[in-house]
Amino acid sequence: MGKIETSVHRRIWVDKLFKTLIILLSLSSIVPMFLILFLITKNGISVVNWEFLSQLPKPVGETGGGISNAIFGTLWLIGLSFIVSVPLGIFAGIFLSEYRGGKTAYLTRLSIEILQGIPSIVIGIIAYVWVVMPMGSFSALSGGVALGIMMLPVIVMATEETLKLVPDSLREASLALGVSYPRTIMKVILPAGLSGILSGILLGIARVAGETAPLLFTAFGSPFMNQNILKPISSLPLTIFNYATSPYPEWHTLAWGASFVLISFVLGLNLITKLVTKKWKVQF
Amino acid sequence: MESSVLKIENLAASFGEHTILKEINLSFSRNTLTAIMGPSGCGKTTLIRCINRMHELVPNARVSGKIFLDNQDVYETDPIIVRRQIGMVFQRPNPFPTMSIYDNAIAGYNLNGIKLRKEEMDQTVEESLRKAALWEEVKDSLHRKGSFLSGGQQQRLCIARALAMHPEVLLLDEPTSALDPKATAHIEELVSQLKNTITIIQVTHNIAQAARVSDFTAFLYLGELVEFGPTARMFTGPKDRRTDEYLSGKFG
Amino acid sequence: MNHSMANVAVPAASSKIKMQYKWGISEASFRRLLYFAGLILVFLLMAIFFSLVISSVPALRQFGFSFLIGKTWDPVRGEFGAFAFLVGTLMSSFMALLISMVFSLPVSIFLGEYFRHGNVSTFMKSVIELLAGIPSVIYGFWGLFLLVPLVRELETKLGVAPQGVGIFTSSLVLAVMIIPYASSIGTEVINLVPADLKEAALSLGATRFEVIRKVILPYAFSGIFAGVLLALGRALGETMAVTMVIGNSNFLPHSIFSPGNTMASVIANEFTEATGSLYLASLIELALVLFIVTTIINILGKLIIRKMSTEK
Repeated sequence: MGKIETSVHRRIWVDKLFKTLIILLSLSSIVPMFLILFLITKNGISVVNWEFLSQLPKPVGETGGGISNAIFGTLWLIGLSFIVSVPLGIFAGIFLSEYRGGKTAYLTRLSIEILQGIPSIVIGIIAYVWVVMPMGSFSALSGGVALGIMMLPVIVMATEETLKLVPDSLREASLALGVSYPRTIMKVILPAGLSGILSGILLGIARVAGETAPLLFTAFGSPFMNQNILKPISSLPLTIFNYATSPYPEWHTLAWGASFVLISFVLGLNLITKLVTKKWKVQF
Repeated sequence: MESSVLKIENLAASFGEHTILKEINLSFSRNTLTAIMGPSGCGKTTLIRCINRMHELVPNARVSGKIFLDNQDVYETDPIIVRRQIGMVFQRPNPFPTMSIYDNAIAGYNLNGIKLRKEEMDQTVEESLRKAALWEEVKDSLHRKGSFLSGGQQQRLCIARALAMHPEVLLLDEPTSALDPKATAHIEELVSQLKNTITIIQVTHNIAQAARVSDFTAFLYLGELVEFGPTARMFTGPKDRRTDEYLSGKFG
Repeated sequence: MNHSMANVAVPAASSKIKMQYKWGISEASFRRLLYFAGLILVFLLMAIFFSLVISSVPALRQFGFSFLIGKTWDPVRGEFGAFAFLVGTLMSSFMALLISMVFSLPVSIFLGEYFRHGNVSTFMKSVIELLAGIPSVIYGFWGLFLLVPLVRELETKLGVAPQGVGIFTSSLVLAVMIIPYASSIGTEVINLVPADLKEAALSLGATRFEVIRKVILPYAFSGIFAGVLLALGRALGETMAVTMVIGNSNFLPHSIFSPGNTMASVIANEFTEATGSLYLASLIELALVLFIVTTIINILGKLIIRKMSTEK
């Protein structure tokens, strides 16, 4: 009798230990995130002021200067990637949600899944081969193409998932009014799925805003504010990379400030996405 | 003598291997209400969906036969034009969730890209909402979204939306089966008023409702038209045994 | 709103219905447009693959298979052997996986079994999501300024050359970065273990730990494995964070603390300075290898997931 009791006792003890271990390890795994946020805020927030955000970087040795070119560059590149990926992405998403079976739909879905997994540096090389080499120079255009290719899978999948959820009853109501198929899709189904598509776009932007690798040899970076898409352009992640790996402590400080700006932007976008989804979600 | 506005000739319909309707011959008089009845699976919904050419939208659906709307074969006309001339209201209310009540009412024009002047739009909206007995309840909140209305109000909005197109025929597919008794009564009343101005074909499960409101009744069983005639006669002296059994509630 | 229902406007509106038609795109054209959009994506993928192959041809022709086993990467002499980078990639990725599993498996159990709903669950899920959203360059920056000094101290204590940067450091950063990917699918799978299986075990007197060990984990094994595969795919392709802390050495690493390079990090480092078509082609061949390997791993992982969901 005693043997059974002690063995049960031991098993209960092991059970409790296990649960504690799981909780401890899980909590430890999120510690890095807080460490990162803490470090960036601590080192970066003091750097960020109006001068920092509005001025161009100064040459080495001079104090001051800012990252206005990087902020502008990031926004400009996002805009370019938008043009490349959003119209195509939405139409491909509509295609996938309207054609669930069939060989083309299967191949398209497969392609999107593979595209999604391609390392960003490989995409950078592709943009180099397709745009930089023929043009003979680095450019914002090539950076936009690279980021656009990266945004495509996000937008296609978000569009497809959202539109699949739109109930058939809406489609029937529209068709019964004599509305043509193209108009039904564009004016009834698509608007009904707008919140999901929008959050897909926002998440895509959040993702490409932080990308560095594909820009290393496409947009390349520039110390100037540049609006010409045929010339190199800076971006926040590129600036952070260059400054952080440089030997100058003043530039390290700038890198912390730029990191703070970038993280705020990315996390802010994630937050806005959640709000958008909640507020604009259409109830069926 | 009433002219027949809609005439169905030898209609057969199927989904792939399954035959749903066989050799249906039926005609509908102008400004009357015809009830289509029968047990579940008899093909009543398929029948009306053939009339406005919605049945063929499903893959593997097949239709044969002719349906004449004002002497023109619906199956020889562009389906989009057909659907603009025949209105449909569905079992579950389906107002467009992204549009206001106002926009829902004239959705048929907006979505089709038909441009109306503002006065025309206002007039059409008001007129169709009045005909659907919804105007008084929503006239002060026309620009709110349609999904805020109750089930019965949403359905009346769908009726208004269909009426705004001035259709020749209005098809109702069990319009009250998803509604509570009060809303159902509302719509029954509305329909019995409407039938004097427009030809209505209503699929219904509710035998008592059909007896109350309809002028004619068609009884379908297993895809065949078993009997058709004035409602009063169908209920008091049906010719077919199956009609009698169904209408007295023995099956279905 | 005027109440005079003059019927003048009404016929005008209804006749417009019959008149105005056939403008705007036809259904057939629209469907063709949709098809086209889908096909563009398929062609895009094929074009990516072919571009990589074509651009690698100079290197493929010159080195053939020995590219992958060549130990010398010397741009000056025109010798390009990628073995050191293969080793660096495999070492850093697999170490990262091992370290990450110590944390991501508990997270999967945490979220999939112990805390499936409620505030704690939402909090944990949000934080893990945020981990996935932090840009790679910031991980690298953090690694450079926080982890490198720590590793340097560790190396001093161990009597190893105190460089701070190296393969070990890069696998630490990678491990943190792939936690969200390794844990997300595992969480889902553990969540989906049928309740009646668990209850059967519990009613026989098993403790929760025993249920997890003997019922849940075996059942969810393939899903957890798929998550590991996808995390591996992610780790293999990770560039920036690795570049910043791996030490960027083109020599074959001889211990986990050695500096080294992964295929991705050497491309990032040397591409802009690559002169000559052979140099460029060699780097692009590395990208081709990366492309093929990550694609295979991703498809494998997704196949396992698909097989799981059709079986269960």
